[in-house]
Amino acid sequence: MSLHTLTVAELAAGLKARRFSSLDLTLHFLGRIERLAPELNAFVTITADRALADARAADEKLAKGQGGPLAGVPIAHKDIFCTDGILTTCSSKMLSNFVAPYDATVVERWRAAGTVLLGKTNMDEFAMGSSNETSFYGPVKNPWDHKRVPGGSSGGSAAAVAACLAPAASGTDTGGSIRQPASLTNLTGIKPTYGRVSRYGMIAFASSLDQAGVLTRSAEDAALLLQAMAGYDPRDSTCVDAPVPDYAAELGTPLKGLRVGIAREFFGKGLDPAVEKCVREAIDLLKREGAIIKDVSLPSLPLSVPTYYVVAPAECSSNLSRFDGVRFGHRCESPRDLADLYKRSRGEGFGAEVKRRIMTGTYVLSAGYYDAYYLKAQKCRALIAADFARAFGEVDVVLSPTAPTAAFGIGAKTGDPITMYLNDIYTIGANLAGLPAISIPCGFVREGGSELPVGLQMVGPHFGESRLLSVSHQYQLLTEWHKRIPEGYGP
Amino acid sequence: MSLTRSQVEGIAHLARLEIAEAQMPVYVDSLSKIIDFVEQLAAADTDGVEPMAHPLADQVQRLRPDEVTETDRREKFQQNASSVAAGLYLVPKVIE
Repeated sequence: MSLHTLTVAELAAGLKARRFSSLDLTLHFLGRIERLAPELNAFVTITADRALADARAADEKLAKGQGGPLAGVPIAHKDIFCTDGILTTCSSKMLSNFVAPYDATVVERWRAAGTVLLGKTNMDEFAMGSSNETSFYGPVKNPWDHKRVPGGSSGGSAAAVAACLAPAASGTDTGGSIRQPASLTNLTGIKPTYGRVSRYGMIAFASSLDQAGVLTRSAEDAALLLQAMAGYDPRDSTCVDAPVPDYAAELGTPLKGLRVGIAREFFGKGLDPAVEKCVREAIDLLKREGAIIKDVSLPSLPLSVPTYYVVAPAECSSNLSRFDGVRFGHRCESPRDLADLYKRSRGEGFGAEVKRRIMTGTYVLSAGYYDAYYLKAQKCRALIAADFARAFGEVDVVLSPTAPTAAFGIGAKTGDPITMYLNDIYTIGANLAGLPAISIPCGFVREGGSELPVGLQMVGPHFGESRLLSVSHQYQLLTEWHKRIPEGYGP
Repeated sequence: MSLTRSQVEGIAHLARLEIAEAQMPVYVDSLSKIIDFVEQLAAADTDGVEPMAHPLADQVQRLRPDEVTETDRREKFQQNASSVAAGLYLVPKVIE
């Protein structure tokens, strides 16, 4: 039996039945990480000692018939989540020496569910990027083709799970940072409703958009891990105090009668025809299973990328002002005065894309420009949210491609920021409207001699995670795409 | 170019970011492209639209009782600082 290709659901069941121990399982994954992770550059920190201690503790509990629902299951965290006593870098030079003094709520909850922490995954610096090329620790490679990006910003999490170095990993999604890498690496990735998961201890990028979620190899696994992550937390003032449904129990909801909205705004210029073909085939399959396909209109959706690139940088410039070289993080050598300390610590500590976004945000918030940019963008954001709200009066989910193309080459889009930004054209709308959205594998395209995965996205109404997960699960019962594992990483 | 070099220098100062001399033209170019790109929002008809302050409509800011809930973890927090003495963060002299 090859343990690394099992799903979280299979691993949790196997552990409970004592078919294998958490220690054996953890050693197996640590061995794979040691052997395969350096080439992919998927991890910033490997927490081997902590993993073995977690595994032994889980085994003790399992032996007594105790332990949480995920007792003994190894996982990895994106290096944006604070982990008590463990380096937490956000893949930035700024935090390359930062040992978090507490656990993020997501970390605490997964731990309480019994998971074993394998390590912290590489990411775009401060989650700003769509290709994992802005990391201080270097780009992550896509396990499907090492010359291509895994997407971003949760690129290390995506590469780790796709290469079966971890059965699941956390991610964060501000404009597509879970869904787009999931799409580019053949994973299931869910971004929950804004406020569904606590942001406490998750290093902030754009606070009105950031949301934590998970990357897995099946919708069932996503349901299990979201369950262990979601729910009210008084330490995040935007975390919503509403009951969390039993996601796994609702996976059986049939496809028959499902109303699927298709918006032509998601199928416009820039969409690779081969990607579109995969998505259309998935729509046909849903139709054959009794889903009702309806045209919906989201006329303001084309405003989403420019709206995002006002709102997100504005919030980023505020959030990242905390990195001042004084209380934590990088500090420059021998500052002349306080201004020099701030400027050089920040100038040296942040990479080019982060500096670009801080400056964009500083500009759009500055005196005389606030109304023209920030206020205008917040109005456009209301239009986009209203479009989705109208659509959800008629349909249960809005289905589209997740990304306009399959994985692109490392270095292919780094020359021009706008080209890179347009990669998130289909994912950003859900963040602006605070809606839950999922990406699931729906086919492959052949490019430059490589088989590359394609993902489809479904957006649901606020707190509609259950339906997104059940539709995805039902689709995965009928298809095999999500079971494919890149060559060299399989059984 | 929608932004001039001196504007970008001003922005960098406001953001307290030192930008190397040689890098300045790169930022002038890319920031101008970004501002040109977001400029398309100006054409959107937003008359009478309320700016969106929160993704969920019916949320209110919660209040809690005014009680001490945090324990003193100063020492642990200050382990991440590059310069501390007697529980204080040290910076270059501000007042002569």
